[in-house]
Amino acid sequence: MSGVQFPASHEAADRLRNRPDLRAKDPVPALPGTGQGETGPADKRILVSYGFWIYLLSDIVLFSAFFAAFAVQHGASAGGPRMPQIVDVGRAALETGLLLASSYTCMLSFAATHRKNLLWTQIFLAVTGLLGLAFVLLEAQEFFDLAARGITPQRSGMLTAFFGLVGLHGLHVSLGGLWLGTMMAQVQVKGFTTQIVHRLTCFNLFWHTLDIVWIGIFTIVYLMGGAS
Amino acid sequence: MTVLGKLSLSAIPLDQPIPIITSMVLLLVMFGTLALATIKGWWPYLWREWMTTVDHKRIGILYGLLGALMLLRGFADAIMMRTQQAASVGGGTGYLPPEHYNQIFSAHGTIMILFGAMPLVLAFMNFLVPLQLGVRDVAFPTFNAVGFWLTASGALLVNVSLFVGEFARTGWLPYPPLSETGYSPGVGVDYYLWAVQISGIGTLIGGINILTTVLKMRCPGMSYLRMPMFCWTAMASSLLIVAAFPILSATLAMLTLDRYVGWHYFTAEAGGNPMMFVNLVWAWGHPEVYILVLPCFGIFSEIFPTFSGKPLFGYRSMVAATLFICVVSMMVWLHHFFTMGAGGAVNAFFGISSSIIAVGTGVKIYNWIFTMYGGRVRFEVPMLWSMGFIVTFILGGLTGVLLAIPPADFITHNSMFLVAHFHNVIVGGVVFAIFAGLEFWFPKVFGYRLHAGWGKAAFWLAFIGFWVTFTPLYVLGLMGMTRRLQHVDFPEWQPWLLISMAGVAILLAGVICQITQLVVSYHQREALRDTTGDPWDGRSLEWSTTSPPPSFNFAVLPRVESQEAYWRSKQEALAASQAGDAPELEPFEMPRNSAVGFFTAFFAFTFGFAMIWHIWWLAIAALIAAFAGFVIFAWRDTGEFEVSAETIASAEHQRQLARRALMEPKA
Repeated sequence: MSGVQFPASHEAADRLRNRPDLRAKDPVPALPGTGQGETGPADKRILVSYGFWIYLLSDIVLFSAFFAAFAVQHGASAGGPRMPQIVDVGRAALETGLLLASSYTCMLSFAATHRKNLLWTQIFLAVTGLLGLAFVLLEAQEFFDLAARGITPQRSGMLTAFFGLVGLHGLHVSLGGLWLGTMMAQVQVKGFTTQIVHRLTCFNLFWHTLDIVWIGIFTIVYLMGGAS
Repeated sequence: MTVLGKLSLSAIPLDQPIPIITSMVLLLVMFGTLALATIKGWWPYLWREWMTTVDHKRIGILYGLLGALMLLRGFADAIMMRTQQAASVGGGTGYLPPEHYNQIFSAHGTIMILFGAMPLVLAFMNFLVPLQLGVRDVAFPTFNAVGFWLTASGALLVNVSLFVGEFARTGWLPYPPLSETGYSPGVGVDYYLWAVQISGIGTLIGGINILTTVLKMRCPGMSYLRMPMFCWTAMASSLLIVAAFPILSATLAMLTLDRYVGWHYFTAEAGGNPMMFVNLVWAWGHPEVYILVLPCFGIFSEIFPTFSGKPLFGYRSMVAATLFICVVSMMVWLHHFFTMGAGGAVNAFFGISSSIIAVGTGVKIYNWIFTMYGGRVRFEVPMLWSMGFIVTFILGGLTGVLLAIPPADFITHNSMFLVAHFHNVIVGGVVFAIFAGLEFWFPKVFGYRLHAGWGKAAFWLAFIGFWVTFTPLYVLGLMGMTRRLQHVDFPEWQPWLLISMAGVAILLAGVICQITQLVVSYHQREALRDTTGDPWDGRSLEWSTTSPPPSFNFAVLPRVESQEAYWRSKQEALAASQAGDAPELEPFEMPRNSAVGFFTAFFAFTFGFAMIWHIWWLAIAALIAAFAGFVIFAWRDTGEFEVSAETIASAEHQRQLARRALMEPKA
């Protein structure tokens, strides 16, 4: 493993793999440094990713409020255009493809990080950023197209909820891109210090979470909304 | 469009004497303090030790200071409301213009809940959780500082509204469509939105931090079922923060979009849905009550065993009740609008789920009573507050169950009965707990006890004052008086309003006693010094270190083998008549101070103020500066320093001395 420390969950998985007699229902002894049971405080890496997970959960709650608003208002078109008239499923599918691909390259960058390979980490991070940028540009194009047809959030409650939910996700992706740029600069200048690897872990979690949220938006807003 | 947006000299209410005089006094006090600090040369100390601190104990103290100041501000609002209503019966108009009165009741609610109670509860969580878990720090110390300073800048925004512009006139939850631009064109609602949004993000940060700390940072041996009750409740409260505060952020963001760019989330026209706001805001607002009260239950769960000399009765049932309340509190929000036409089935579901919370709370009340039963109860000041709490809170709970019955709620909805009920639970539950906790942990925080005589006077005045103030409001509610009245049409209500006003006077005397107690105790601090670190014969780990604790809490992480870890080790040491072996000392790392919290909050405040007054360039500049600050902070290489061996050894030596002092028989 060339000195790269796997997270504790990997170690636990390895141990289970090497011990076929250990079944899942047997009590697995707690690993030191994970903060489980009576083992004492977890180490920094566990703390950082755990805390960031909790933040991500709170972010999902934030999105859920906007999803709820869309669910309440998707029929409130106030005499204006209705959902099927504004949805372009083709473009949304393309956006989905771009975002899923970016999640894949993001994961590849993390694999490279694990191998402490600076070049491939940077390459895959750059590709992730470009795919994300393409996603944001497509979304901006969609918004401008709609605005050009006079379809703006000020028109109706339905459009407000639509632009709000999709826009919030777009804002997250854009901020993620900003973060990604900062990370690439840090990796380049400082290399793989412990802190930087922790931050890359958080960035990965963030990026994948945005992907999951987008799956919800694609399904509920574009597929179901476009069909209704 | 001018450089300063909507801001002009006319924003300062020069024609209204009350806000002008108040803000002049506030400004004098503020500039006086700043000038004093400058003359005395305190700034380097304040900057180094407080403004850039990442020590969870100091952040706890800062939260406490902020909360206490805001509590006083909210109390001043309360005095004005009660006197205004008592003075404006019949044809009278009282002394407050209606639009000013409306701002006062909105500010009172907002400040008391979000900037008074919330920081005070977070003060206890920050100070106590790592100490009770036997660890040196919270999970994210710097992040923790960011959370505090964001809360403080939100509080600052609310108070700026007193002097520059106005505050919301919509009540403490700005219901649309009243809070939409059409009906509230001024900056009042905008002040509310940005202040609460910024401090809400601060609270979310605090919640994430405490939750990670409890779940991942307990000292060796401290399994979940050996955690002190306060840590359980802090964890439950943090879970609720993480689940509920994002809903608040989303709701406020939606209302902001409505107001600033003409969207239609909550407008009354064009497909907006005002009812959606009410649903969303209470989906946060109801859990918020439990975010406040659960840690307070934790405080009482520490005080009752200590002053009864017995372990907490039914520890596991207490844990179960806490988690039960935590979950169910997320399912009851609709009882806040039974009368808004949800229909019988929905009302029945929410009525029953609301009443069921009383089961969990009942378990707790019985456990506290049984903890006292058969114990050696010492009637120290913290215990007085706790027993006063039981009496007060039970009545608040009973009227709560009454309100949870939809048909009964149709009669008492929006009445003074409701006002009395929620003050009954919030004052009885939260404020009493805060004062109980203040008396209990003050020696741990500052190294000396509080003067007991003034403490008892404060308790009795507050307890009696509370009942005299709020019992008449129950009566008035049943007589049909609705809340938020600027003037009162029925002369037969006046006697009750006068009694209530007299109650506020008694409460004021209590507040004065409380402040006197702090001053007197400070002057007698040598006589009241706590040399043992354990002035009350405590049971959990915070009492095992010195008072006040060293910046790293413990020279050596404790090793826990049972519930009530410190009590057990004290008993063993007493049995063996010796203080135990000196542990092996190893150097460790602690986080460095950081200015990032202060700067983030500074830019957040600037951004909020710029947005309120539509000063777009300043808002953009603040955002860019905040991002630059983030990058600069992230570029830092070493966030930690190693504590020197001598420091550790001297702290451990002091602790050993303290423990030996405990071994000696009491004089």
